[in-house]
Amino acid sequence: MARSTPERNAIRSLVWLLVIIVGLIAANGASVLFNNGQWTPKLALDLEGGTQIILAPQLASGDQVDQEQLEQAVAIIRQRVDAGGVSEAEINTQGGENIVVAIPGVPDPATIERIQSSAKLEFRPVLLADLASNQILDDPEATDEDSVDGDATDEAATDDEAAEGETAEPTPSASPTDASDPAWITEELQREFDTFECSSLDVVGANVAPVDEPLVTCEADGSIKYILGPVEVEGEAIADARSGLIASSTGVTTNEFGVFIDFNEEGTAQFREVTERLVSLTGIRNQFAIVLDGRVISAPRTISAITDGSPQISGNFTQESAQVLADQLKFGALPLGFEVQSSENITATLGLSQLQSGIIAGLIGIALVIGYALIQYRALGGVIIASLVIAGIVTYLIITYLSNQQGYRLSLAGVAGLIISIGVIADSFIVYFERIRDELRDGRRLDGAVEAGWKRAFRTILISDVINFIAAAVLFVLAVGNVRGFAFTLGITTIVDLVIVALFTHPMMQLLGRTRFFGGGHPLSGLDPKALGAVYRGRAQFRQPQSVPAVKRASSSREAQRRQTIAERKAAEARGEGEDAR
Amino acid sequence: MSMLTRVGNDLYTGARSFDFVGKRVVWYSIGAAVIILAIAFTALRGGFVFGIEFRGGSEFRVTGSSAAIEGTAAATSIAVDAVDEVVTGANPRVSIVGSDSVRVQTEQLTPGETDELRAALADAYGVTQADVASSFIGATWGADITRQALLALVVFLLFASVVMALYFRTWKMALAAIVALFHDLIITTGVYGVLGLEITPAAVIGFLTILGYSLYDTVVVFDKVRENTSEDGVESRRTFAQSVNLAVNQTLVRSINTSVVAVLPTAAILFIGSLLLGAGTLRDIALALFIGTLVGTYSSIFLAAPLYVHLRENEPEVKKQGSRQKAARPESGAVR
Repeated sequence: MARSTPERNAIRSLVWLLVIIVGLIAANGASVLFNNGQWTPKLALDLEGGTQIILAPQLASGDQVDQEQLEQAVAIIRQRVDAGGVSEAEINTQGGENIVVAIPGVPDPATIERIQSSAKLEFRPVLLADLASNQILDDPEATDEDSVDGDATDEAATDDEAAEGETAEPTPSASPTDASDPAWITEELQREFDTFECSSLDVVGANVAPVDEPLVTCEADGSIKYILGPVEVEGEAIADARSGLIASSTGVTTNEFGVFIDFNEEGTAQFREVTERLVSLTGIRNQFAIVLDGRVISAPRTISAITDGSPQISGNFTQESAQVLADQLKFGALPLGFEVQSSENITATLGLSQLQSGIIAGLIGIALVIGYALIQYRALGGVIIASLVIAGIVTYLIITYLSNQQGYRLSLAGVAGLIISIGVIADSFIVYFERIRDELRDGRRLDGAVEAGWKRAFRTILISDVINFIAAAVLFVLAVGNVRGFAFTLGITTIVDLVIVALFTHPMMQLLGRTRFFGGGHPLSGLDPKALGAVYRGRAQFRQPQSVPAVKRASSSREAQRRQTIAERKAAEARGEGEDAR
Repeated sequence: MSMLTRVGNDLYTGARSFDFVGKRVVWYSIGAAVIILAIAFTALRGGFVFGIEFRGGSEFRVTGSSAAIEGTAAATSIAVDAVDEVVTGANPRVSIVGSDSVRVQTEQLTPGETDELRAALADAYGVTQADVASSFIGATWGADITRQALLALVVFLLFASVVMALYFRTWKMALAAIVALFHDLIITTGVYGVLGLEITPAAVIGFLTILGYSLYDTVVVFDKVRENTSEDGVESRRTFAQSVNLAVNQTLVRSINTSVVAVLPTAAILFIGSLLLGAGTLRDIALALFIGTLVGTYSSIFLAAPLYVHLRENEPEVKKQGSRQKAARPESGAVR
C-alpha cells in the first residue's frame, strides 16, 4: 500500500469539508444580501416571546380533514391575521389537521377574536324561534331583525315576528319534504329546544350538526333561540361580500348601510331555490338564518326571490356592524369549523431566560464532554474537541440557512435536541477511537490501525446513525407540536455527525497517525500501544505487538485449524488475509 | 492511561471477563422484576399524573416577582387570593418555577376570565401585565400528541426492525433489540409513574427519543457481536454464547464511554433546567432521556445480547458450534 494514499485521501476529504462549509457560508451570505436573511437562526415563540394558538377542526364524528380544505383554511386565516395588521405572523398546518398561528408579542383581543371566529358559515331556514329563557319579553328590538331583498329597495325590517315567539307549529308525523318543513321538529328536538340554554354555546363553541339535519342554536348575542332546518347553502358558495350604502330603486344612494353578497354559480342556484320557497312562506318560516360557528349571526326575512345570486341584506346596520357582517360572510366562508385547542403566551423575558438557560446547559454539556474526552483519550480528546467545534459550525450554518430559506424557527425543544446531539456526535468518535485502539491491541501500527479501525467503525457509525435518523424522521413527520422542533435538530445533527466523522475526524486521524507524537505512540497521545496492552492476545494466542499483521494471520495456529484438511486450511488462510487487507 | 483503558485491555483480551450471557436468567429476572414493580407501583399510585396539556386548563406564569423568592407558601396564598377574586372553583395549582417565576394552573377559563386573572395576578405579584404569560390548553391537545406519539412509535419500530434485520441479516437481533427497547421504555415511564412526576408533552419527546438512543446503543454492541460470531465457523473453539459474551466484554468500555458522553449533556440540561427554569420543556426532556440512556445502556449489555444468544442457541448450526468444542477439549490434551 503506497504510503501517500491515505494522506492524499485525507487531504481530499478535508478539502471537501472546506467546500461544504464555504458553500454554506456563501448560501447564508446570499440570503443575507438578497433575501433579507440573517446570520442567526430565527427563534421560535418559546424563546422569543409571543402567542401561539392551535386551532383544531370541528368535525362531525367520523369525518376526515381534506388536505385541500386545510390549505384553504390556512389561506383564509392568514388573510384575516394580516388584515389585523399583525406582521410576521406564522400560520402553518400541523399533524395533518391542526392549524398553528404564531404571533409575536401579545396580540390584541380583536386579532384573537378574528382568528377564533374562523368558523363554518351556513345558511339554514328558520323553523322555530323563541326568546331565550333569560331574556325579558318587553324588549323586542333586541332581536335586530334584518331583511333580505334582491331588488335594491331600501326597505328596512320593521316588525319582529321572531320576538313574538311563535309557538310550536303543528307537529306532523310525516317525514319532512323540504328544508322548511316543520316536520323536522320531532318531539325530541322540541324538548331539546325547550331546555336549550344559550350560555351553553360559550363553553366549547362546538355546536356542530350534520348538514342534512336540523340545528338548535341561538342568536350570537344569546337573545333568541332557534330551531333551524338543514343547510341549504354553504359558506363556500359566497364569492364575495361587502358592505356599503344601499341605493334606492331609483339609483339614489340612501344613508342606510347594508351588506351585499355575491354567490358563485352553485350558490346562486341554491339560493334562488331557497328564496323562492321562503318568500311564499309566512311568519317565522319566511326567515333564513346565517349561521357562523354554530351561532346565528343574522336571520333576515325574505322579501323577494333572489334569482341573480346577488342578494343584499338591509336592516338596522351601522357602518361598523355592516362591515363586520360582510367580513364574517366573506372570511367566514371557511371550508371547516375550527376551535381553539390551545393558546400559549410566552413573555419576552421568559423566552430570553429560556434561551439563556439552554445556552448555559449547552456550554456545560460541551465542557463535561470535553473534560471526559481529555481524561479518557488524552491528546485524542483534542481531535474530539476540534470535531465538535466543526460539527457545531456546520450545524449552526445549516440551521441558519434553513431558517432563512424555509422559515425554520429554533425552539426550546430544538435547543434541547442540539445539546443532546453533542453526546450522539461524540459517541461516533468514541466508537471510532475504541476501534483504533482494538486494532492497536491486535498489534497493528497506527496508520494501519486507523485504516482498519475506520472501515469497521464506519459501518457501526453508519447503522447507528441510520437508526437515529429514522427515529428523528418518523418523529418529524408524525409527531405534533414541539416534538417536531426537537426531531428536526436531532435529524440534522445525525447527518452532520456522519459528514464530520467521515470528512474531518477520520482524515485528521490519518494525518495525525503520521506525526511522531501519535504515530510513535506517545504516552499522552491516547494511542500508546504499551498502555493498550503490549501483547496481542487474539484467539487465545499471545503475540508481540511488533509482529507484522500478515505474518500473524498466516501463522495462525488455532487448534481447529490444525485439524483441518489442507484445502480447508488454505481457504481459512485466504480468508484471514482477506480480513487483514481490509 | 486511565484505569478504564487498562480494564478495557483486559476485557479485550479476555484476561478479565464478565459473564453477561451465562447469568442471563439473573438479568432476565431483574428486568422482569423491575418492570413488574414499575407497573405495580404506578397502579398503586393511581396511574400516571398527566400534565395540563393532557388534562386541559389554563396556565399563568408570573416572572420577576419577589414573592417567588419568598417561597411556595407565600406565592401560593397570593395566587389563590387572586384567582378567587376572578373566578370561583377554579382549583388553582401553584408552583415555583426557576428562581423568580410562579406558575399558576387552573381549570379552563374563558378568554374574558383569562384576561381578568392576568391583570389580577400582575396586580397581586406587583409586576406588569407583560410579565404574566397565559396559556390555554384544550384537553384534546394532549390526546392528539399521545395519538401521534403512539403512531410514531409503531412506525419507528417497523422501520427500525426492517433496517436492523437487513443490516444484521437476522431478524433475531432485531427482535432482541426491540425487546430491550420496550424494557427501557417501560422502566423509564415507570419511573415517572412511581415517583408521580407529571407527564408532559416534553416528557413524551424524551420517551420517544429513548427509542433512538436505546437502539443506537444496542446496535453498537450487536455490530461487534456480529463481527465476532461471523468469524466463528463450525470449527470454532468457542461456543456461540462465549463468542457473544466476548464481544459484549470487548465493547464494554466503548458502551460505558458512549453512555457517559451521551448522559453528560443530558445531565447538564437536567441540572440547568431544574435549577434555572424549574418544571418545563428542558427539564422534562432531559429527565426522561437521563433515565432512558442509563437504562438503555444496561439493557443493551444485560438483556439484548443474552436474549440474542437465547434466540439463536437452538439453531442446528449454532448448536454444532458448541458440541464441537466439547468434543475437542479432551482430545486436544491427548494430541499434545
